[in-house]
Amino acid sequence: MSWFTKALSGSVGKKLVMSLTGLFLILFLIEHLIGNFMLLKGDGGVAFNEFAHFMKHNPVILVGEIVMFIGILLHVIDGLALERKNRSARPIGYATPNKSAVTSWTSKYMGPFGIIILIFLAIHLYDFFRYKYFSPVDNMPGTDISDLASLVYIKFQSLVYVVFYVIAMIVIGFHLNHGFQSAFQTLGLNHAKYTPAIKFIGSLYAILVPLGYALIPVIIYIQNISN
Amino acid sequence: MNLTLKIWRQKNQQDKGGFKDYKISDISPDMSFLEMIDVLNEDLVKKGEDPVHFDHDCREGICGMCSMVINGRPHGPKQAITTCQLHMRSFSDGDTITIEPWRAKAFPVIKDLVVDRTPFERIMQAGGYVSINTGGVPDANAIPIPKNMAEDAMDAAACIGCGACVASCKNASAMLFVSAKVSQLALLPQGMIERKSRVEKMLMQMDAEGFGACTNTGACSAECPKEISLTHIARLNREYYSAKVYSENV
Repeated sequence: MSWFTKALSGSVGKKLVMSLTGLFLILFLIEHLIGNFMLLKGDGGVAFNEFAHFMKHNPVILVGEIVMFIGILLHVIDGLALERKNRSARPIGYATPNKSAVTSWTSKYMGPFGIIILIFLAIHLYDFFRYKYFSPVDNMPGTDISDLASLVYIKFQSLVYVVFYVIAMIVIGFHLNHGFQSAFQTLGLNHAKYTPAIKFIGSLYAILVPLGYALIPVIIYIQNISN
Repeated sequence: MNLTLKIWRQKNQQDKGGFKDYKISDISPDMSFLEMIDVLNEDLVKKGEDPVHFDHDCREGICGMCSMVINGRPHGPKQAITTCQLHMRSFSDGDTITIEPWRAKAFPVIKDLVVDRTPFERIMQAGGYVSINTGGVPDANAIPIPKNMAEDAMDAAACIGCGACVASCKNASAMLFVSAKVSQLALLPQGMIERKSRVEKMLMQMDAEGFGACTNTGACSAECPKEISLTHIARLNREYYSAKVYSENV
């Protein structure tokens, strides 16, 4: 192994990878959310479709997409490796759990939350690739822009799908609540002045962003049944 | 005070071990926790039974030998003290107290509540030292050290290496211990010679011993009898990245 791969394969190195990929995915969530909000514009999904069309044909975004998939892959691989190492570090557990609530609840279950998110992501990406490459959706009438919005509106008519989506967003919120501030600590950025602000912004982010995502299917579902 | 003790008994490393209940009576609330176990052990010896083995030495909170998980918490229910500084007045008459050894793959049980903490020694041997010249005593003020640096280094050096951080961490990670030892020397001019190789070697040894990685839950710092702060773990991470980028070790 070269010095570089060795540096990233120790436990601190793996955490560095988790931290950097995690922060990148945190940024990606905002970009994705902006796109999703266009579904609520009330124009039958035209804005959303145009945004998706722009993203699909923008070389910068395409490079970003590849970087993102590598990021997800590294985050998952190192996350699973760390979870395995951490679990094996205590083969015999304690008879009495430590009840003192000194650590945040979310920090204890980052691995299990991650696995739930991975399951959600697998279904989400299956849909994404299926419609992107294998069964392209129809274009909007009179344009060369594919009508992804209609597909989304149909998907969100299913209550099971909406509930599953909302639960996944709650889990992402838990994962972000610890992950956001933990990423900075792993990078070595712990400071008396800034750490409280990072923790506050992290918790706020962990509430607002998943809430934004979860609202969209709920609103579409309610609009659909009230029509 | 009358108490029921639920104590982990294990003959040796190979033995599976299990909990055994002991009734103990007429305990003074002013006794220390270890004195309470001394009383139990005298009773066991009188009865011809094997006394409960536990680590202890100074009994004044500075040696880091005592190591028990009491009702799920390393060093018991009080903040910032070791087991030997815990008094029976922290419990109520009639309580059942569960006493377990540190639990970690890297710290195998030797007997009862005694665990093998030599992995910490090996981590220290890997890099927890400084190069100094032998000879006459150097002048006290020859090396200027800012007061705040000395304070930070002293905070890190307060670590007694008891292993409560490993015991409390959900991953049985030794990061708080290693971070205290690395910080203490990285903050002082005397530690500069081995600064880069130290952090690389100590972390490599930490991984080799089978400790888990850090999830930044903060349980270690909360249970640390010396209240070593998580800022040291952040410094350890910075030291590691900087060593990996700047050192000539390929």
